[in-house]
Amino acid sequence: MFASKTIRWVAAAALALTASGAMAFEPAGKVECIAPSDPGGGWDFTCRSVGNVLEELELVPASVQTINMAGAGGGVAFAHTVSKRKGDDQLLVAASTATTTRLAQGQFPGMDADMVNWIGAVGADYGVIAVSKDSPYQDLNSLMSALKEDPRSVKFAGGSANGGWDHLKVLIAAKAAGVENLPRIPYLSYNNGGEAMTQVIGGHVDAFTGDITETQGFLESGDLRVLAVLSDERLPGDLADIPTAKEQGIDAVGPNWRGFYMPSDIDEDAKQYWVDAVDELYASDQWKKVMKSNGLMPFHPDSGEFQAFVKQQINDIQSLSKEIGLIQ
Amino acid sequence: METLHYLSLGFGVALQPENLMFALMGCFIGTLIGALPGLGPANGVAILIPLAFTLGLKPETALIMLTAVYAGAMYGGRISSILLNIPGDEPAMMTCLDGYPMARQGKAAEALAISAIASFMGSLIATIGLILLAPLLARFALTFGPAEYFALFVLAFATLGGITGKNPMKTLMAAAIGLIIATVGIDLSTGTQRYTFGVLELYEGVDFIIAIVGLFAVSELLFFIEEKAGAGREMIKVNPLKLKWREILSIMPTTVRGGILGFIAGVLPGAGASLGSFITYTLEKKIVGKKGYFGEGDPRGVAAPESGNNGASSGALVPMLTLGVPGSGTTAVLLAMLVSLNITPGPLMFTQNADLVWGVIAALLVGNFMLLLLNIPLVGVFVKILSVPPMYLLPIVTMVAFVGIYSISHSTFDLYFMIAFGVAGYILRKLEIPLVPVILGLLLGPEMEKNLRHAMQISDGDWSILWGSGLSIGLWLVAIIGLVLPVVVGPILRRRMQAAKEKVG
Repeated sequence: MFASKTIRWVAAAALALTASGAMAFEPAGKVECIAPSDPGGGWDFTCRSVGNVLEELELVPASVQTINMAGAGGGVAFAHTVSKRKGDDQLLVAASTATTTRLAQGQFPGMDADMVNWIGAVGADYGVIAVSKDSPYQDLNSLMSALKEDPRSVKFAGGSANGGWDHLKVLIAAKAAGVENLPRIPYLSYNNGGEAMTQVIGGHVDAFTGDITETQGFLESGDLRVLAVLSDERLPGDLADIPTAKEQGIDAVGPNWRGFYMPSDIDEDAKQYWVDAVDELYASDQWKKVMKSNGLMPFHPDSGEFQAFVKQQINDIQSLSKEIGLIQ
Repeated sequence: METLHYLSLGFGVALQPENLMFALMGCFIGTLIGALPGLGPANGVAILIPLAFTLGLKPETALIMLTAVYAGAMYGGRISSILLNIPGDEPAMMTCLDGYPMARQGKAAEALAISAIASFMGSLIATIGLILLAPLLARFALTFGPAEYFALFVLAFATLGGITGKNPMKTLMAAAIGLIIATVGIDLSTGTQRYTFGVLELYEGVDFIIAIVGLFAVSELLFFIEEKAGAGREMIKVNPLKLKWREILSIMPTTVRGGILGFIAGVLPGAGASLGSFITYTLEKKIVGKKGYFGEGDPRGVAAPESGNNGASSGALVPMLTLGVPGSGTTAVLLAMLVSLNITPGPLMFTQNADLVWGVIAALLVGNFMLLLLNIPLVGVFVKILSVPPMYLLPIVTMVAFVGIYSISHSTFDLYFMIAFGVAGYILRKLEIPLVPVILGLLLGPEMEKNLRHAMQISDGDWSILWGSGLSIGLWLVAIIGLVLPVVVGPILRRRMQAAKEKVG
């Protein structure tokens, strides 16, 4: 026990040393993780499961305490981090594509992505476009040709607000397929993916847009047919049967990543420590187990590139939102 | 068969030691809350919601505890009806009629035991009804599109006041207040903010839980303070129990009738437990006829309303679990709890959260046995607690409410918000504006709006989609009946209830 602990510490220290070449930072005492939602949501899961694995890997000295701070779709926690926690190098905040979407659309008033440090991603849930088993659409292309003829011919149901991530996934795919008049495509927003799927299966709405983990129950029962998953490659395991949009000739990718940001004004070596810690966590067997049992898919930009990825995603969402007239 | 499989799964959840413990705790606290005059089941559940969050309970455990409180409150309501002639909650009013005379004849223990057995039977029958009906209704719910849901919400609002409701204008006003509060926050259909004034905390709208705990629990505290948190009541003596098997058997047919009738009254939106107990009492009086001595301490007059109101309380869970439309104030509070735990009631819940739903249903069965055991030998304990001065209860409730709300979001904003709701609730109650419609407006308003707009989106703006299916036409008809019936039948029913009460008083 002692030996393995020492080795890990040395390894972590070595990583930090090679990366920064300066004084090694080590967290001392309590580390906090803010989940910007009520207990039970995705961000809450990110904090708690990452906290557990960080403890197991002994990348943190004691425990990681999860704090729930719901409000404004993560805006309350973002404002708290920006205004009250500057320079706190023992604070992680859970984030996802929902965070970048809101940042891109200016829904955190007066705040932008540069006001925090983006640390890394630990996996993703990929977008899907699905229909009920009785639907006439057999593949993504037939659905898209229908949209090309009349953008109001297929109505989509999803779990996010109008202009939210579930809505944007439809637009990303439709745009890649060459559909014109994107704002005309009807999107019906529900409280969550489950409610939206029930309406699609009940035959009240034509197609479902959401994440792959949401569809698993109805996928197994055979009530739902997933036309395409919006990932670069086919997903592992049982989901390998589902074709990607790319292989159907529609270049659309929609990862809902899960990751972290930290407050601004922290030392460079402290930031590097956490970037490396997330790298080590992502590579560990313990984390692979967590991903497998929770349906989380591989997604991990190389260390240092995450910040650039976040900015790119925000730019993309911004231009798409402008195109559909959601923001000016 | 599938139902049996799920039910056994449910028992697996309900019989876990932790869940059993919280069910027992919920039963005990629930009976207590029911017994305290004025503190109804909706308030009771609202007060305990923060406790569930403070303890960091798992969703199924939290829900099991709160349904146990709900069931317990229905049992407890009869205690003060029988001993003090003051109903612990509204549905227990009919129990006064024969329960108090029995107590005055020195048969208080018998009256308490009979009412406990009747409560048990009513609950048991209705829970079996729930097990049989809920999965059927859940599958049926798939046929509900936006137009049908919209009609269903209109129905829920139309029957809001209930058939026995006193002042329809005030009920309507209360519902409107709820609807107004519900418009705050992001508008899902367009993605724009409404009435948020740049305050980040308002972006997701007003949290139901904060509104409920404020309106019910905090306003209750203010009332306690106003009444000087005075001394407890005098001790009441309960005679030793002498109940023969023959007597228990003689009330069985009454309880079976009461349970079934109560269940039906509970399933219907807007009817609820008060009507359940009233109908069963009146019917029982008709059936027994001249052989009975109703109003003068007939055991059947205690058994009928008790089985009726307990049956109705389980019945009210059916529309809440399957369609997400609560049939009563307490089920509305339970619905808010579900929503804040990220669980959406409806057909999906019966498969995706099977362990939770069936765990709660199984816990209702288990809790029912617990309540019977608690309520016969331990009835003396509850009688003693009835005489504890409220000044000892007050600080406990205050602490639980504040710690609980803070532990949900770690935001002082929410605490101020809760206090504001408490003061608003106090003022509304002073004006005799009912609080339950406020909560229903807040809960159902956004859903109703969303479904109307979805229907319009699907039909490309054609209003006739709203009455485009047989199901929605049926729902509209029931809504119209629900709106008209109270005006016609309400005054008659109310006069009869009043007359029945005065005859005893």
